[in-house]
Amino acid sequence: MSLTISLPSVLSRLTDGSRALSASGATVGEAVADITRRFPSLAPRLIDDAGQPYPFVTFYLNDEDIRFSGGFTAPVRDGDELTVVSAVAGG
Amino acid sequence: MTASLLAPTGEDTTGRAGFTALSLVCENCGARFDPEPSAICLTCLGPLVPVYDPNRSLPSRAEIQTRQKSLWRYHEWLPFDGTPTLSPDSGFTPLVEAPELARRLGVARAWVKNDAVSHPTLSFKDRVVSTAINAAHTFGLDVIACASTGNLANAVAAHAARAGKPAWIFIPHDLEPAKVLNTAIFAPKLVRVRGTYDDVNRLCAQVADNFGWGVVNVNLRAYYGEGSKTMAFEIIEQLGWRAPTAVVAPMAGGALVTKLHRGFRDFAAAGLFDDSLPRLYGAQASGCAPIVRLVERGSGRIEPEIPATIARSLAIGSPADGLTAARGIADTGGWAAAVSDADLVAGIRLLAETTGIFTETAGGVTTAAALHLAKTGRLGPNDEVVLCITGNGLKTLDPLVDALPPSPLIAPKLREVAALVEAA
Repeated sequence: MSLTISLPSVLSRLTDGSRALSASGATVGEAVADITRRFPSLAPRLIDDAGQPYPFVTFYLNDEDIRFSGGFTAPVRDGDELTVVSAVAGG
Repeated sequence: MTASLLAPTGEDTTGRAGFTALSLVCENCGARFDPEPSAICLTCLGPLVPVYDPNRSLPSRAEIQTRQKSLWRYHEWLPFDGTPTLSPDSGFTPLVEAPELARRLGVARAWVKNDAVSHPTLSFKDRVVSTAINAAHTFGLDVIACASTGNLANAVAAHAARAGKPAWIFIPHDLEPAKVLNTAIFAPKLVRVRGTYDDVNRLCAQVADNFGWGVVNVNLRAYYGEGSKTMAFEIIEQLGWRAPTAVVAPMAGGALVTKLHRGFRDFAAAGLFDDSLPRLYGAQASGCAPIVRLVERGSGRIEPEIPATIARSLAIGSPADGLTAARGIADTGGWAAAVSDADLVAGIRLLAETTGIFTETAGGVTTAAALHLAKTGRLGPNDEVVLCITGNGLKTLDPLVDALPPSPLIAPKLREVAALVEAA
């Protein structure tokens, strides 16, 4: 499956300035692993030591928080949009 | 900066000379940053907080007491150097003793910290917007914005109107009508978003990243949150420079409990009171209680929820400060409680009938939670308890429409009054 991953500006420093990346994978976790292979310095800002989503970001798959749909195991479809947002917001 | 300079002698909305925001430090990794409109650590993405000079000159109790009765009387603990130029007169709301409420709770004494009469928008959000809008001013950000469950929308719209700054306000599409009107009256750009508060919050995180605005609870939140500490400062001062044994406060994103904890620690470190820190108790509606459930589990991460409660101002399913709120509660030996929507309506009525204070649904949650904590032994007969009432009941009338008994309708005749008196 092919999808687009949108990053906040704070993470674009780690992707040569790009805030929208193409990725492939059958799940959110596989898609995230795909872009961290290309940009290894992104990995610790998207994935924690236990292989779970990094706690200071939130992932939204087509506007839905992936924590409600299995986290990194959430399945993706062609054309999906995965948005990464800082978790330090609101209240 | 002296107290006299803080008097509300007129607002300078053009110049920023002599007024600067403090530097920032990451709470997670300790990295330091120059003052900037960012709440996120560039290194680890953790939350930033202001850095206070530990060697700065601090005022005595007597000196504080000579100052203007606003939150700026505590300016040494707020994140700026110099004289604030905007919103000079919010804060210093009444601390009202509530003996009948204490009797109902079975505690020694009780007080209501009454931010339901906060100037100018009748909620504690006037405190945080006062610091955020001054931060925006120091950074030259002319457009102010927020994601809100209602009270923050009211406050941002009002403070921005007074400052002459454009405001963009984003709210869930189905907020209480009074909260929508209490925002729209100030003529901001008010945008209703199809979705929950958490959807609105995610959108505003993206807005802050793309438009260069001062989104008070996103890129200005390092400065915004500090305003909440002043509620703790006022409680200590208004009790005669001593601490209560317990404080009960509502939790939405968890920032208020987090900042109450920090505020009490700030004043203890400054030697402004000698007692132990009060035990902090957090209150949520059971239809949206991710922080309560984290406290009950004792460790781990916040597990987000989809809100289902009439306490709309507390309906944040993914609370950004949930973890730090839970830590503050644990560090002080407190606890957390969730109450049903029926109980929160009863809480609104109990507070009104025992104190003469009309609160919104969040205050009903706080009052009902205090009652629950008392019934379950978390609050005891020796406790001196402060309830933080953060918003006004006139903003959330709908839940009460069917909850109150109908009033009798009579002809203007004395005998009909006599009949009512006899039946009473």
